[in-house]
Amino acid sequence: MRALVLGALLAHWRRHPVQFVTLILGLAIATALWSGVQAINAEARKSYDAASRTLGLNTLERLTGPRVTIENFTTLRRAGWQVSPVVDGTLRGSGLRVLGIDPLSAPMQAGLAGLMEGSVDLTAFLTPPRMLLTAPETVSKLAKLDLPVTIQPQIAPGTVLTDIGVAQKLLNTSDLSYLLLEPVQARDLPPLHTVTNLNRTTPENGTDIARLTDSFHLNLTAFGFLSFAVGLFIVQSAIGLAFEQRRSTFRTLRALGVGSRQLIRMLALELLGIALIAGAIGLVLGYGIAAALLPGVSGTLRGLYGAQVSGTLAFDPTWAISALAMTILGSAAAGSLAIWRVAHLPLLAAARPRAWALASRRQLAVQLRAGLCLLVTAFILAFVGTGLLAGFACLAALLLGAALSLPSLLMTFLNILSRGTRSVLGEWVLADARQQVPSLSLALMALMIALATNIGVGTMVGSFRTTFTGWLDMRLASELYVTASSETQATEIMGYLQPRADAVLPIWSVDGQAQSRPADIFGIVDHATYRDHWPLVAANAGAWDQLRSGKGALINEQLARRAELWPGDTVSLGADWMLEVVGVYSDYGNPRAQAIVEYELLRSRYPDVPTLRFAIRIAADKADALRSDILARFDLSPDAVVDQARVKALSLEVFEQTFRVTGALNVLTLGVAGFAMLATLLTLSTMRLSQLAPVWALGLTPAWLSAFELIRTALLAVLTWVISVPVGLCLAWVLLSVVNVHAFGWLLPMKLFPLDWLVLGGWAMASACLAALWPALHINRGAGAPLLRRFADER
Amino acid sequence: MSNNPILSAYDLSKSFRTTEGTLTVLDRVSVDLYCGQSVALTGESGSGKSTLLHCLGCLDTPDSGSMTLRGQNMMHLEEAHRAAIRRNDISVIFQQLNLIPSLTVAQNMAFQARLSGRYDADWLAELSRRLGLDALHHRYPEELSGGQQQRVAIGRAVAHRPAVVLADEPTGNLDESTADDVLKLLLELVRETSAALMMVTHSSALAGRLDRRLHLRQGHLT
Repeated sequence: MRALVLGALLAHWRRHPVQFVTLILGLAIATALWSGVQAINAEARKSYDAASRTLGLNTLERLTGPRVTIENFTTLRRAGWQVSPVVDGTLRGSGLRVLGIDPLSAPMQAGLAGLMEGSVDLTAFLTPPRMLLTAPETVSKLAKLDLPVTIQPQIAPGTVLTDIGVAQKLLNTSDLSYLLLEPVQARDLPPLHTVTNLNRTTPENGTDIARLTDSFHLNLTAFGFLSFAVGLFIVQSAIGLAFEQRRSTFRTLRALGVGSRQLIRMLALELLGIALIAGAIGLVLGYGIAAALLPGVSGTLRGLYGAQVSGTLAFDPTWAISALAMTILGSAAAGSLAIWRVAHLPLLAAARPRAWALASRRQLAVQLRAGLCLLVTAFILAFVGTGLLAGFACLAALLLGAALSLPSLLMTFLNILSRGTRSVLGEWVLADARQQVPSLSLALMALMIALATNIGVGTMVGSFRTTFTGWLDMRLASELYVTASSETQATEIMGYLQPRADAVLPIWSVDGQAQSRPADIFGIVDHATYRDHWPLVAANAGAWDQLRSGKGALINEQLARRAELWPGDTVSLGADWMLEVVGVYSDYGNPRAQAIVEYELLRSRYPDVPTLRFAIRIAADKADALRSDILARFDLSPDAVVDQARVKALSLEVFEQTFRVTGALNVLTLGVAGFAMLATLLTLSTMRLSQLAPVWALGLTPAWLSAFELIRTALLAVLTWVISVPVGLCLAWVLLSVVNVHAFGWLLPMKLFPLDWLVLGGWAMASACLAALWPALHINRGAGAPLLRRFADER
Repeated sequence: MSNNPILSAYDLSKSFRTTEGTLTVLDRVSVDLYCGQSVALTGESGSGKSTLLHCLGCLDTPDSGSMTLRGQNMMHLEEAHRAAIRRNDISVIFQQLNLIPSLTVAQNMAFQARLSGRYDADWLAELSRRLGLDALHHRYPEELSGGQQQRVAIGRAVAHRPAVVLADEPTGNLDESTADDVLKLLLELVRETSAALMMVTHSSALAGRLDRRLHLRQGHLT
């Protein structure tokens, strides 16, 4: 009997294959976007964990300073302090992180012991030709180094672990980066400050990277969930209508003796089957999406936060199971209302598919009130809420509030339009569009959310791009940038340049601290290049004079916002070194705290740190010749002298890479919304014929009716777009003024891009018309035969 | 009544392909309709009544035969031309689905008259009064009873004073008393506008109230 009942229920899908395919595809796409994003997040977290393990050292205190030498290490060891040297740097040209360690002195807590155990031959590690340990995905990048490579999967991608001597050679340095401190030290040791002038610091560890990147992953998750929710709109609409279309079947089955509970069980089984089929398809699609997007995400995370994430995706069964569970839960949520209705179906209830589709005015009014409440909540959160979570809650309330208010707003627009219409067909088109709004409302809400998100994110990225380009022009005012390989060479180059260039400005920084956080401290000489071009977001009057006199420091916006420091406040740049903040400058794309002080002042505190980089001011037309001169004279690699245009191009490339993933998700969300429209229109198309048949009988050709269908759908899409523009701008404002400030630490001015909105409006109209094309062509098929059939079918 | 038929059909045939072969629904049927004359079309279910009505109303096309409206050929016309005939000259009243669900009663009544460019506000007001629809102008079809819906359909069908009114069981869904009222109004208005009426019905009693009666059996008129 069970099979018989199930067969009777499934027969519906055999008769409506298009409805079945749209339902499956809708759910599959929703699953794909959600699971794809989850796979990316999981892969990134795995990389952070690996980084944390490789550098388990990141949890340990360390000794840092402007210059850490082998002498510092031996002095401390002789004094009884358990320290271990580490060389940490980026291999030029490859972007790989090289980590040099001494496995014999490394603290157990650093996790290196575990890493070195078993699979690695310690003798081979320590004796020539020595070896490089790296993750499988990094091996291919090490071919040029001509050193034995051993694969060690526990190491974070993009990182090479090796002996300290090899690391120094690869990084072309004789110094150390820092010394790790064993957490448990012997008693009665001499105080640290009496043995060394190095600073004891807690590093930015793996957890910090995770915290920093949390906002990015939250962003991705929000996008994934948005697409999933939009997909569920499709499912709810399709399932609800399919259940309503089968009301007479349910009634007949009940009348034939099938119990209500049994019917519900069969429907739940059917829903589970649909969820499993769609979920499996979605998983495959999701894996593809994740694999395609991961290199972009990896680039974004590297560009924004300096976090190394593997660019290749590994299949994880946990991910697949959790994604399937999410699909099943989502389907259950989307189908629960329909199942509840069947459970409460009176035995003699008649099928009323049209009544189901046409929500009552009262329902719309309730929806509008809920929407307005959410919009008010969003407004309050935007101005009163604090923190990233409040920012995302504000975004959610804004989007949901606007979506719920959409049907009523569309009704109002259509009413206004119909008041100004005199033509009978115009009146009918508008009245019909008004009647269509409730049944299309879910798809239109999905479209509105997708459009508003596109406008919001587009405005944010556009504002960022415009500001960033202008900022680069200011920051990169010098014509050439030179990097010497040693202090001696630096002195020679400076001597050579002094009479030939208009100015030679040292670019000199030390690894220090600001407000007890790791920070880069730059020393600059007073020059018009800075005074005229440096992008200050807040400053004292006479900030540059105060800086020159050594009485003040400039700090970057990230540090200002995190430490709540503004002009007039005092910043601590290390023990017993306090300076007044005289200005705050924008510093986009840099996750670290930064401060600028007068050059000689910094040199007096860090006399041993060499100055190897310079910015050169020279007439633009002489820059190329000077660059060639320097390269030839000092036998430098082309990378050592770069011109302004190249630095800008590189920075912009990093920027574009950063937002490529966002752009891809934007397009995918719009695609899902377009599909939601198609699914709804296809599902409603049979019902639609009954509404159009009388008009056809009154003397309108099927071709005209098809054209009116397209016009009506385009009209609804355009009105939805009109409403989505202000919603999108509010979204952009929240992203720029609330979310970004918390997530990245900088505030960006909002720029408007009306042409982009128009293009998006065009896309919205085109995708809506494309979605309506098939149902419209169906009307035109057979010179009105499907319409004529409605009169016979309705008897 | 004029001696020339307003709508004339000669030797109309229509077949459908089914899984069991070709089914001939109309077999060389000929019929003439005259202005001011009402004709009842009766027959068993599946006898071809609705198909004949659909062919005469330019909703469907016969396979062979000839049809003229006011002496003008109606066969082998383009859909646009047939739509123009439906819009201007022939009104069809169905058992259901007569009204446009998105328009109010007043808008539905005026729709075809405005579409054909023969909108007459006074005539519409009179129709509304006589059909008892004055209080229902702002209601939507879903808010009306079956009888009320059919009265709106009759009003709409004669609002532009068509030459022919074709009615396919217009009272099939109504109770006896309401059906009687609706038919009375339909006959009254058709006579007043000098239109030709052909009405499909299963009821001998209703058929008896019309001027002429035709019976269709297995695709043949008797």
